[in-house]
Amino acid sequence: MSTEALARALGIELTEIPQWNCCGASAAHNTNHLLAQALPARNLALAEAENLDVAVPCAACYSRMKAVREAVRKSDLVRAKVSSVIEMDYHARNDVFSIVEIFAGTSTLQQIEAKVLKPLSGLKVACYYGCLLVRPPELAMDDQEDPQSLDRIIGSLGGTPLTWSGKVSCCGAGHSTTLLPVGFKMIGDILEAAEECGADCIACACPLCLLNLDMRQGDLSKRRKKSFKIPVFYFTELVGFALGISPKVLGFKKHFVDPLPLFKAKNYL
Amino acid sequence: MGRAVQKDDCNFISLSSIHRESRNFVSRIIRDSGVNPSDCYQCGKCSAGCPVAFAMDYMPRQIIRMLQLGMIKEVLSSRTIWLCAGCAACYARCPHNVDLPRLMETLRMEARESGLVAEKKVRIFEDLFLRSVERYGRVFETGLIIGFNIKSGEFLKDVMLGPAMLTRGKISLLPHKIKDGGSVRRIFARARELEGEQR
Repeated sequence: MSTEALARALGIELTEIPQWNCCGASAAHNTNHLLAQALPARNLALAEAENLDVAVPCAACYSRMKAVREAVRKSDLVRAKVSSVIEMDYHARNDVFSIVEIFAGTSTLQQIEAKVLKPLSGLKVACYYGCLLVRPPELAMDDQEDPQSLDRIIGSLGGTPLTWSGKVSCCGAGHSTTLLPVGFKMIGDILEAAEECGADCIACACPLCLLNLDMRQGDLSKRRKKSFKIPVFYFTELVGFALGISPKVLGFKKHFVDPLPLFKAKNYL
Repeated sequence: MGRAVQKDDCNFISLSSIHRESRNFVSRIIRDSGVNPSDCYQCGKCSAGCPVAFAMDYMPRQIIRMLQLGMIKEVLSSRTIWLCAGCAACYARCPHNVDLPRLMETLRMEARESGLVAEKKVRIFEDLFLRSVERYGRVFETGLIIGFNIKSGEFLKDVMLGPAMLTRGKISLLPHKIKDGGSVRRIFARARELEGEQR
């Protein structure tokens, strides 16, 4: 939602891959290696047929797509096998970018900086990258221990990106559903790390990280006998807001922890 | 001074015989994962940085050591291989580039085949997830969670979050099917067929 609105504002044309399918995520690569390559490859082949690169808004999809692209580029055997399974030619000629890379590029960043209408001055932001955007190293879009892309984006909005310990920690992904106590500990530790460094909010770049960190705060408050109320944003929401797009269009109402009180307190609204 | 150690005090393991029995298993693991357990020299960096180590029955380092020693059953029935979140902190920091997440994936597949799954809920979730993708081309989250709660026996888990997720548009009551669903179903069929052939 916010990504589309922001792309429109910056004149970046995004096209949804027609009839895209789910990449299978960890369920596929824990079950069948070939399936885990073929599912994301179908999406990439559909884009390749239109001569398009792919911009991915999810860390896991990004990682799976980039993994199969690399495997196909390295081996003709893999290319032939994957192509036969998806019933389409896939040559891995097109590129795979995370949405962060699209907006953190130097010229786009300058464009963003020039268009800021509501600077996020005084907003302390803990930028959260999680795992799969920065690991494993051969697929990473940024440094694996201290990535800076999101920090640069927040800086260009006038906000203050923080140095903190939870930047590349893992939120446990599906563990919050399947292995509750394990998932909750991982999420809770990240939220506490953000609070300890004085963050007003968290900015992330993956819908599952977002859901884990935002939606579980109510439950975690009971479990840890303290009140968690830290707004968590998909980073394009913050960029969009600074560029003057309305909170409604950006989807602020979809949050579990309402970000509006924070923005009012900061006099942004 | 204590008494001298007697032969009967110790459980002797014949490593060479274990090694012979497990040789086929380990070479299959190496073939399927591309990871050779003997590359690991047990520095323990993986386990120091693992975010799920607190819940594991064996540290990631120990899983590799057990593979080196041929302790197949212990590895396949461990909780560790299901707790691994695949975050790759271990692999990113490994001084010898041992791709542990890839190894864990392959061990999960082996555990499924040998019926030694220690964390059944994870397996149930993964099976339902894939069934949803196979049927609709995308994940139908509402159906997935209801199915998971029924199969795992946790009927009321996250029930309170359901309405909140619906009103926020995070989930929907009906699946989003893709038009060309047949192409995804055929991908599943052929991937199963070809991976099966390899084994």
